[in-house]
Amino acid sequence: MAGEKNDDGLVLLGFWVSPFAQRCRIALAEKGLPYKYVEEDLFGGKSDLLLRSNPVHKKIPVLLHHGKPVNESLVILQYLDDAFPETPSLLPADPHARAHARFWADYIDKKVTDCGSRLWKLKGEPHRQARAEMIEILRTLEAELGEKKFFGGEHGFGFVDAAFAPSTAWFLTYERYGEFSVAEVAPRLAACAARCGERESVAESIYSPEKVYDFIGELRKKLGIQ
Amino acid sequence: MSPAAAVKVIGAYDSPFSHRAEAALRLKGVPYELVLEDLRNKSDLLLTHNPIHKKVPVLLHGDRAVCESLLIVEYVDEAFDGPALLPADPHDRAMARFWARFIEDKCSKPFWLAMWTDGEAQKGYMKEIKESFALLEAQLEGKKFFGGDTIGLVDLAACGFARWLGVCEEITGVSLVTEEELPRLKRWAVEYAADEKVGACLPDRALLLEHFSAKKEMFAAMAKSMLPK
Repeated sequence: MAGEKNDDGLVLLGFWVSPFAQRCRIALAEKGLPYKYVEEDLFGGKSDLLLRSNPVHKKIPVLLHHGKPVNESLVILQYLDDAFPETPSLLPADPHARAHARFWADYIDKKVTDCGSRLWKLKGEPHRQARAEMIEILRTLEAELGEKKFFGGEHGFGFVDAAFAPSTAWFLTYERYGEFSVAEVAPRLAACAARCGERESVAESIYSPEKVYDFIGELRKKLGIQ
Repeated sequence: MSPAAAVKVIGAYDSPFSHRAEAALRLKGVPYELVLEDLRNKSDLLLTHNPIHKKVPVLLHGDRAVCESLLIVEYVDEAFDGPALLPADPHDRAMARFWARFIEDKCSKPFWLAMWTDGEAQKGYMKEIKESFALLEAQLEGKKFFGGDTIGLVDLAACGFARWLGVCEEITGVSLVTEEELPRLKRWAVEYAADEKVGACLPDRALLLEHFSAKKEMFAAMAKSMLPK
């Protein structure tokens, strides 16, 4: 990204494959905001800057704006809307539409990654349950998306889409560990995922599904999962 | 939606989540109708308007529905005039959202488990929740409310401390918030309950004590089912 002089004092602490960090990268790109990206080595040891900036959770992503930290990916996205009102907003203007967007971003936040983790970590009955749950989650998102091009509807690519887009790189992993096809279970969602992937902000922020799959393979080995 | 359109809260008497929705409306001076749910027998109205989670509260503003108590608070702040429930400064707003989520996501479950389990597991949860409470105590330094001079999003998120915590402590004999360890939280609870707007929609203490005492076994069973396998 642009050098420190032009970066509006914005620094993002992230981890390359984290969908939560990627949401922030997508948001910053959608808003045309230059920033300095700092890759945290989560397996080697978290940096002092991270631990000082997020003492409560000690997690990425962390956004620093002129040194002041903002934590939690969805809080960061809303902060970017509030702090940079001159940039394209992620949330729509209408209060009800905003509440609706926050609801669905929250749903994605709480459901997708957690269920996905159980899908690639667990076996037997818990795995079967995670698979059933993931299919249910995808169908629910499919129903919410409906005929819309993006979750943002008339507003265009927005808050929910930025929250959703990084998860699309994980679909291949979920499909292989869950033995199902997103395109079969939720065809419109799969089409939306493809549209998200074509967007410059997303393409520049997420990694290929095969890379994510390989990462999870390595992580399972590290965790001693057969 | 015109602010003048009818406002209803689908809620439940003993629910702190339901309280948050009512409190937000009262702080803004918005008149509303409270529709009480029997949670053992959920109404079509609730299930239609919150099909995903099927939970209270739901705010109905004209024909629009808003679910999730903290989202309702933000909606009320944005849809109606009146005292602000979130700060104006973007960084302060981010902090408010962060702490509201902290209370919601990190405190609710350990609090429940610290109250209603026993043995070694309980000791662990008590330690965890007290550490979290200490962080909240620090946030109150030099302030009457988490929101500063006036009640805001984080105070509404923390409403459990103002009535429900004390009742649970009395029933279980488990003490989590003491004058010695968490004086600011203790004082905050008194100030919050004494506020004429939000205090008016807190459940009556004696009645809550009676309801929760009757549900002791159920709560203990609930907590046991929440323990990691």
